[in-house]
Amino acid sequence: MAHDTTVQTAGHDEHHHESPVVFGFWVYLMTDCIIFGTLFAVFAVLRNQFNGGPSGHELFEFSGLGLETALLLVSSITYGFGMIAAHKNEISKVIMWLGVTFLLGLGFVGLEVNEFAHMIHEGAGPDRSAFLSAFFTLVSTHGLHVTCGLIWIVTLMVQLMGTTEIPERMMNKLTCLSLFWHFLDIVWICVFTYVYLASMI
Amino acid sequence: MKNKLLARMARLGGLSSALLLAGCEMDVLDPKGPVGDGVKSLIATSTIAMLIVVVPTIILSLVFAWHYRQSNTSAEYLPKWSHSNKIEVIIWGVPALIILFLAVITYQTSHSLDPYKPLEAEATTKPLHVEVVALDWKWLFIYPEQGIATVNQLAIPVNTPIDFVITSDSVMNSFFIPRLGSMIYAMAGMQTQLHLMASEPGDYLGESANYSGRGFSDMKFRTLAVSGDEFNAWVDKVKSSSEQLDGQTYPKLAAPSEANPVEYFAHVEPGLFNTIVAKYNNGMVMDTSTGKMIQVQSAMSDMNMKE
Amino acid sequence: MLGRLSFSAIPLDVPILVGTFLGVAIVGLAVLGLITYLGKWGYLWREWLTSVDHKRLAVMYIVLALVALFRGFADAIMMRTQLALAYAGNPGYLPPHHYDQIFSAHGTIMIFFLAMAFMTGLFNFVVPLQIGARDVAFPFLNNLSFWMTAISFVLVNVSLFIGEFSQCGWLAYPPLSESQFSPGVGVDYYIWAVQLSGVGTLLTGVNFFVTIVKMRAPGMTWMRMPVFTWTAFCSSILIMVSFPVLTVALALLGLDRYFGMHFFTNDGGGNQMLYLSLIWAWGHPEVYILVIPAFGVFSEVVPAFSGKPLFGYATMVYATCSIMILSFLVWVHHFFTMGAGPDVNAFFGIATMVISIPTGVKLFNWLFTMYKGRIQFHACMYWAVGFMVTFTIGGMTGVMLAIPGADFVLHNSLFLIAHFHNVIIGGVYFGYICGMNFWFPKVTGFKLNEAWGIRAFWFWFVGFYFAFIPLYVLGFEGMTRRMNHYDNPEWHIWMLIAEVGAVLVLLGIVCQLTQLFVSIRDRNLPANRDLTGDPWNGRALEWSTSSPPPPYNFAIVPHVHGLDAFMHDKENGIDTRHAGGPYAPIHMPKNTAAGFFVGAFSFIFGFAAIWYIWWLAAIGLIGVIGTVIARSANKDIDYYIPAEEVARIENEHSRKLMAQAAE
Repeated sequence: MAHDTTVQTAGHDEHHHESPVVFGFWVYLMTDCIIFGTLFAVFAVLRNQFNGGPSGHELFEFSGLGLETALLLVSSITYGFGMIAAHKNEISKVIMWLGVTFLLGLGFVGLEVNEFAHMIHEGAGPDRSAFLSAFFTLVSTHGLHVTCGLIWIVTLMVQLMGTTEIPERMMNKLTCLSLFWHFLDIVWICVFTYVYLASMI
Repeated sequence: MKNKLLARMARLGGLSSALLLAGCEMDVLDPKGPVGDGVKSLIATSTIAMLIVVVPTIILSLVFAWHYRQSNTSAEYLPKWSHSNKIEVIIWGVPALIILFLAVITYQTSHSLDPYKPLEAEATTKPLHVEVVALDWKWLFIYPEQGIATVNQLAIPVNTPIDFVITSDSVMNSFFIPRLGSMIYAMAGMQTQLHLMASEPGDYLGESANYSGRGFSDMKFRTLAVSGDEFNAWVDKVKSSSEQLDGQTYPKLAAPSEANPVEYFAHVEPGLFNTIVAKYNNGMVMDTSTGKMIQVQSAMSDMNMKE
Repeated sequence: MLGRLSFSAIPLDVPILVGTFLGVAIVGLAVLGLITYLGKWGYLWREWLTSVDHKRLAVMYIVLALVALFRGFADAIMMRTQLALAYAGNPGYLPPHHYDQIFSAHGTIMIFFLAMAFMTGLFNFVVPLQIGARDVAFPFLNNLSFWMTAISFVLVNVSLFIGEFSQCGWLAYPPLSESQFSPGVGVDYYIWAVQLSGVGTLLTGVNFFVTIVKMRAPGMTWMRMPVFTWTAFCSSILIMVSFPVLTVALALLGLDRYFGMHFFTNDGGGNQMLYLSLIWAWGHPEVYILVIPAFGVFSEVVPAFSGKPLFGYATMVYATCSIMILSFLVWVHHFFTMGAGPDVNAFFGIATMVISIPTGVKLFNWLFTMYKGRIQFHACMYWAVGFMVTFTIGGMTGVMLAIPGADFVLHNSLFLIAHFHNVIIGGVYFGYICGMNFWFPKVTGFKLNEAWGIRAFWFWFVGFYFAFIPLYVLGFEGMTRRMNHYDNPEWHIWMLIAEVGAVLVLLGIVCQLTQLFVSIRDRNLPANRDLTGDPWNGRALEWSTSSPPPPYNFAIVPHVHGLDAFMHDKENGIDTRHAGGPYAPIHMPKNTAAGFFVGAFSFIFGFAAIWYIWWLAAIGLIGVIGTVIARSANKDIDYYIPAEEVARIENEHSRKLMAQAAE
């Protein structure tokens, strides 16, 4: 995520534009939100098309899900600690909290992959019915986002190592990733309630 | 009052379009049935309503452009003028009024020309049921009451409402007889409905209006609108065919073919249409009269008809 | 090893394609040879292909669009010729397999690579200059967007010579586009080309939205923004809201094809109607994405050549915004014939008609801008008046199609084809070409040739009517779209007339090429040079800088004191440029090859995914991610233009201005 911000920082202008990076990334996230919104709509249309296959009620297990949710929610908090450290310019702490966030996120993705493998093994893969196609696509789109977030976290950790201060450009990147990570949390809460809970009830 | 005006405008529209395009065969503007008549007068009325604004706009574009050309120094020049409440009111108001008028007739005709709405006919004429299946790349017509089926030829008695139920055993198509009026999509696993009637005997083109692949251009059929007696004779002719349509012969027919010739089937397995719909719905089919899903109970329902 | 790809994928048995390939190869080699001969590779790479300058990217976008125009038009005239021949038993010269690819490619190319690229080119050139900015908000992403668009267009053209293109129309309706009915690579080419270009378009939308929100010059309030910028703004919002839906629709279709899922299949519980809803929830806003900026062009051109301010600026802004919002409420009018029921159909029909009110208001605004003006009949004004006449007719037929009852007989007929070409050629294309004639001197420093411009207009204008009025008639005669041959002799004469129209349009394109050639040849004639930067006595800020503008656009960011900022300054004797300084060093982004490499790896990824060459796809994907990470680690991304250099450039321009004033 490398955004150029240099043009508008022309020093002498009395009218100084603030960096548009964070705002721009936020706008981009809103378009991502529309992607998820569309996938939710697709899931809503297809949620009862079982094609003689299993329904969500038969497939979903609460225990694993609870753990997944807990991991992701906690990772948002640890990222928040990282941001606090970044504002204090404590780089080693930032790296540490990013590392914790990474491990929690990795745990989430691992559990999800495990859940998917289990379902596919039971013959409830995405090609079984329209319901399962919609389910796998929505949930794994979220999972793919989390994976991108993990790559992003590692990239920033490496870029932070050995530095002594956090320049504006790096702070912008950390802020964007923060927005991204919290956004994925919110999406997960929607997935959890609308896909899992609503199917289990 | 309004209806009279509408009718007069429709006549005027018909007249002007007839004048404009004299000499060519306008299937859509020269309909042979009540649905087509309704559509035609709708097109004429709406066109005239819009011309009220369109013609002045075009004329004004040309007149202003010419009159205020640079070389015409006698024309008034107001280099600062850019606002007028009076003009604003007119340019928002007049189009809004016309759209209001069009919105009213849109609402009315959406209901009166709804393809799902049964047609009114004399109480004595019983509607004819035809089940239509779009195949790659031909049309199958099943006459459940007569127990016959045909390919690429549709015979209908004149002045009799025809109730079509339409599905597809392949990709999406659109069932369209331009001379009779409205079209509707044919989609696998679904049943769409269409009500048409021919008021004049004739041989009319029928086609698919939704591109469906390689053989699409030849996916045509003839619609024979004939008198009641001729229709009965036609049914007898079909019944004298040696072909039958059942679980064995249907897959052969459904296999892709291009420019398929007309075929007659003297006997058709009852419930074939429902079986075709149900095979995409785990054996369920919607009863079009009640809207409920029911399990297909037919001799063929357990036959594996999937490709 | 090579997935589905084998030697038999190369269509050596189709003489038209072999000939095309030879032609492309010869022209391509000639161009490459010429660049090598002139020793321009380094220049091309450093100054253009890796450029993050919005003005350079604008030129590259428009060149891309013109190449797409030739490709798309070649498809068009082939189709017209086929239908002029193929009646009454004559199969014509294009078998369905080839013909179906041509109409699918024609629509895809014209919308995604002609219209979208041209529009983005105009945005790029005009918007930063109009709002007094030095570039867009994210110059690197701007370069990346260009490359995503460019490689997608290459992907579409690769399908000519390796494999095949989609045969499912430009929107690839399932279930026809599912692997059951279209097992070949054609639909995959379509999906990947549109998806990858969609990434570029989405980033463009975000980029221009942020640019316009955040980077306007001091004093430029919303209601002082030039109308073209307003239309770019609305268009960007539409892009941001609708393109994600397209991405999802095509991704789901791709999942059906690649992983056997059941989103839109006939069986397994899939729902083909869902695809229609999704694709048109994007598709209808898309046509407004294209046409709204064309409205913006006319709103700049008509006042400039009428010597008057735009009539009803506020009305124009409100009309544009209401069109933007309404465009999301109409998508069902593309499938009234699916059986949704009379109330649903009536709602969407009426919503569609309501759009014609603000659109009509816009037409009247341009009319009353001409009213009591002094109209200079520059080529731009020909396109503008031609547009007003043509677009009005297209709008009328659009309202006819919006009435469900009428749509029941006109849907998917050639009447529909005539209608949307009427608005897309008569609105979008006329608008963009008008804009090109208008802003060309700003881009290059010399004007386009007038005589050839007017000739091009007349051929296009007359050619359009010859080509499409017959299609209206054929629609009434019951002829549907996408037919490869027919046997109704009534239709033939109209098809011949339409063919004449296509030939006239071809002559129009030849005139446009001649116009470009003659203009470049005569660029140094004094009459053609634009030394002042303000050849048309313009009204917005882009005319306040030199032509072509310096890399930094504005040495000193202008202050905006009113609507039509530059005209306001001229009338009040204010020097918008603040000539003489004092100048300060200007911070600029450095050019970068990262966009090019992301594009190149995306191309490899897309091509490999189409042919199931998974190892190559992995390389492409890793390449994309690696390039992005490398870019993010690169710290050498900016530089300063020293104040002395700025002063030198500005003083030179001041001298030119003075010399012009003295003449």
